[in-house]
Amino acid sequence: MLLEIEDLHVHYKSYWYVQKVLNGVWLRMSEGERVGIIGETGSGKTTLLKSVLKILPQNSLIPRGTIKYKDVDILKSGEATLASIRRKEIGMIFQDPMAALNPVFKVKDQLHDVIKYKLLSEGHNPSKEEIRGHALRALDDVKLPDHDRVLESYPFQLSGGMRQRVMIAMALISAGKLLLADEPTTNIDVTIQDQILRLIDRLVKERGLSAILVSHALGMVRQMTDRSYVLYAGDVMEEASTDELFNHPMHPYTSLLISSAPKISTRDIGEGIRGKLPDYRSPPQGCRFAPRCPYAMEKCYTVKPKRTIVNSAHIVACHLYE
Amino acid sequence: MNSETILTASNVRKYFPIKEGIVKAVDGVSFSIKYGETLALVGESGSGKTTTGHVIMGFYTPDAGELIFKGRYSLSTPIKKRDLELKRDIQIVFQDPGTSLNPKHMVKDIVGLPLRIHRLSQSSSIYSRVAELLDFVGLGADFMFKYPSELGGGEKQLVAIARALAPNPSFIILDESTSALDVSSQAKVLKTLSRIQREHNISYLLITHDLGVVRNISHRVMIMYLGKIYEEAATEEFFHRPLHPYTQMLLSSIPTLTEDDEAIKPKGVESVGETPSALNPPKGCRFHTRCPFAKPICSERDPPDVVVDSGHIVRCWLYE
Repeated sequence: MLLEIEDLHVHYKSYWYVQKVLNGVWLRMSEGERVGIIGETGSGKTTLLKSVLKILPQNSLIPRGTIKYKDVDILKSGEATLASIRRKEIGMIFQDPMAALNPVFKVKDQLHDVIKYKLLSEGHNPSKEEIRGHALRALDDVKLPDHDRVLESYPFQLSGGMRQRVMIAMALISAGKLLLADEPTTNIDVTIQDQILRLIDRLVKERGLSAILVSHALGMVRQMTDRSYVLYAGDVMEEASTDELFNHPMHPYTSLLISSAPKISTRDIGEGIRGKLPDYRSPPQGCRFAPRCPYAMEKCYTVKPKRTIVNSAHIVACHLYE
Repeated sequence: MNSETILTASNVRKYFPIKEGIVKAVDGVSFSIKYGETLALVGESGSGKTTTGHVIMGFYTPDAGELIFKGRYSLSTPIKKRDLELKRDIQIVFQDPGTSLNPKHMVKDIVGLPLRIHRLSQSSSIYSRVAELLDFVGLGADFMFKYPSELGGGEKQLVAIARALAPNPSFIILDESTSALDVSSQAKVLKTLSRIQREHNISYLLITHDLGVVRNISHRVMIMYLGKIYEEAATEEFFHRPLHPYTQMLLSSIPTLTEDDEAIKPKGVESVGETPSALNPPKGCRFHTRCPFAKPICSERDPPDVVVDSGHIVRCWLYE
């Protein structure tokens, strides 16, 4: 097992209230797997990824849960262990490269830092030339031509696609084992998105990495992953092999979501889902989807559904299947 | 002039001079829209699709070309100089309902404002008309006393649609109106838009980059790239027989949801390269720098419009 998350709860507190975002999330992946997390805006998917690296904002707290990466208990580890994991084991592609790259430093400085600390954490003190060599190779890997111009640019001087490639290059330097991709193509045109996805796909395969792709774009998750989780309002609703999930969705949320997505081969589109995401300050007691679910029964409002194992490739958390 | 046509645009140009040169945002665009029809204008960022919509609205005046609305109005005048009647007839729904609704106004005042401006209701009956409109978009009258911050994204966009419908327009521009929404709320908005069109015979110009949305609600599709239109066809025809290499590249780039979707994607046109800057577009066909089938002539001369079938037009040297 490469990564094992059990019963993870994450809350955000402010002066007046506490937002109970993650509500007992589980996730398990073995080495070499490509896992997708499907979730709409505000479902807690970025919170989940950030807890894996323990880079949650200051006002967060984790009242319960464990995250085990290999043999390391992430939530109980000290800064030294975490720094070493962040530098050479797990890399993350952040959602918005304009926000994730520092606007006042050149690409060169940001990229060089990542390389330097990675090599330092491997017990090697690199020379300037060595770092530059690594940087050029990193840009080649993500197919960025015109090395000198890119390295000497500030992030705003690059196109959206190029910024995203710089982000990917930086993430890959520290992703020795596991790559986390949080909506890696938001605000990017579809033809450029296709290039970026093919690039990530190829690099993950070539390097034998494991990967978690988080996205609201169902098609992207379908094309890029082997197994998927569906996250709604901080709860895992369903887990299955990606093929199984798209062909035989079981949870009402999953099937409504898939049927609502516009397709290019047909005019048929579902009715969508009524209502909106619950308020995390006082989330529903039982199943968090119950207030929007067309099949909700009485106990859905009071009892949180347990994980039901349907078959070896399919787990669903819904009272309909208990 | 065809009496079925609500809007005709011929050879419209809009250039923006900036310090570094001239951005040819819209560079000779012609099309027409019928009564009760949805025409999709599809393009990636920088293609000029939003500028085209804004020219129709009168936010910009065109530098050249002609836009005729209902056979009698010229849309070359800026919005401030347009007749109230003309302004009433053309409405727009913007991309982000979070910023296009005033956060300090209640829904009743947001939707009621156009009724007041166009003097469409007695002041005593404004709110009953607002309630009717909210019912019509599927929200219900109890939404009247809410503020935008109390609504979900899809609900906000339905309020924006109710506001656009309030003055009884015959033409609505949907400028990426569902792009900011999650799929679960997008579906409802799309369904509502189709129903409104059926019941009121309203024409839509759907400006979008999402071909899935296009497939669902439009009758005809136009593909725009760097200020020019490169293909135009009826929706069915468009998805089953995309001709322009750029169209094929767009379609083949879409991550698909089903096997049927996968089957419809053109094969063998892998996306390469980046969109060149509109400040300095390539000579000849603007797509030739990324086109897998480019011939020498493509980099020299602008391709002509080739009519392949009735209603299917492609601007490409391959079909000459």
